[in-house]
Amino acid sequence: MDNTYLIAGIAVVAAVTALLRFLPFLIFKGNKPTPKLLVYLGKVLPFAIMGMLVVFCLKNVSVMQAPHGLPELIAGVAVVVLHIWRKNTLLSIGVGTVLYMVLVQFVFVG
Amino acid sequence: MKKVLKTVLLKTLPVMAGYLALGIGFGILAKSSGIGVWGVFAMSLFIYAGSMQFVSVGLLTGGASLLTLAVTTVMVNARHLFYGISMIDSYKDIGKTKPYLIFGLTDETYALVCTQDFPPTLDKQQYCFYVTLFNHFYWIAGSVLGAWIGTLITFNTTGIDFAMTALFITIFVDQWRSTRNHIPAVAGVVLSVSCLLLFGAENFLIPAMLLIGCVLVIGKNAIIKQERADNG
Repeated sequence: MDNTYLIAGIAVVAAVTALLRFLPFLIFKGNKPTPKLLVYLGKVLPFAIMGMLVVFCLKNVSVMQAPHGLPELIAGVAVVVLHIWRKNTLLSIGVGTVLYMVLVQFVFVG
Repeated sequence: MKKVLKTVLLKTLPVMAGYLALGIGFGILAKSSGIGVWGVFAMSLFIYAGSMQFVSVGLLTGGASLLTLAVTTVMVNARHLFYGISMIDSYKDIGKTKPYLIFGLTDETYALVCTQDFPPTLDKQQYCFYVTLFNHFYWIAGSVLGAWIGTLITFNTTGIDFAMTALFITIFVDQWRSTRNHIPAVAGVVLSVSCLLLFGAENFLIPAMLLIGCVLVIGKNAIIKQERADNG
């Protein structure tokens, strides 16, 4: 691959990504108090975004095709139950991930 | 100081697992597509956006125009606008590392810094800085390792990226238990799933974000009223 093109391409993707991350802060900068609507959104958005991110992670799961999302369902429910029961984030994630790996590598082998 | 680092290390362990595994996957893919170790290093250092880096490899290999790269980046990374909007107030007086904190606001970093209630014993500024730095480091380390010696790894890592899903699920559960007002959380899940079914996996995120934003803004008074009723 041509080096000039590679560098230009990386620069464009990096600049646009940074722009998207900085834009809200650039629009509402300064020492003025944050508009009330944004204070409100800052409080409620994290709840909505976390739901959106869970869906985002599972977006390529096909319920129609085998294994019908079963590995995700089983491991996901395990994470929720374990987390409500033991309230230990690392334990929930560790057990959930190992369980998922076992499921997709050994149990639901296509 | 030591306490902050220990907290951050524990909090970021799931991200470490996920970023190392995904990073190695990215490094292997990029290397096999003709992007050298230095290119991989530069991408993870300067772009630092996992899914867009995977997409970029395909576009760069295909010789896509710079405009195509820019437009695709907006499509894939538009969700980061949301993180900015939601962190404006929280990051208002975060100090001189603020530009770096904003630069490094990935999905996973956002998930770890978006919490409203920092324990009083924890220095929020230091916590946010080290979470951002550690995650950035895991990602760079993983991708460089992948490009460098990725093909030597014979351990089957299929499914290890579920660590990211599990991280978001545990934070979702924590958030759910922290409040009795579940309208925002339910709106996030229901509207995302609806848009996923309607628009498909590649195109659902932007309409979902717009809808979530609209619903939260239009329902503002009802949500605040509900919150007051629950807390009082």
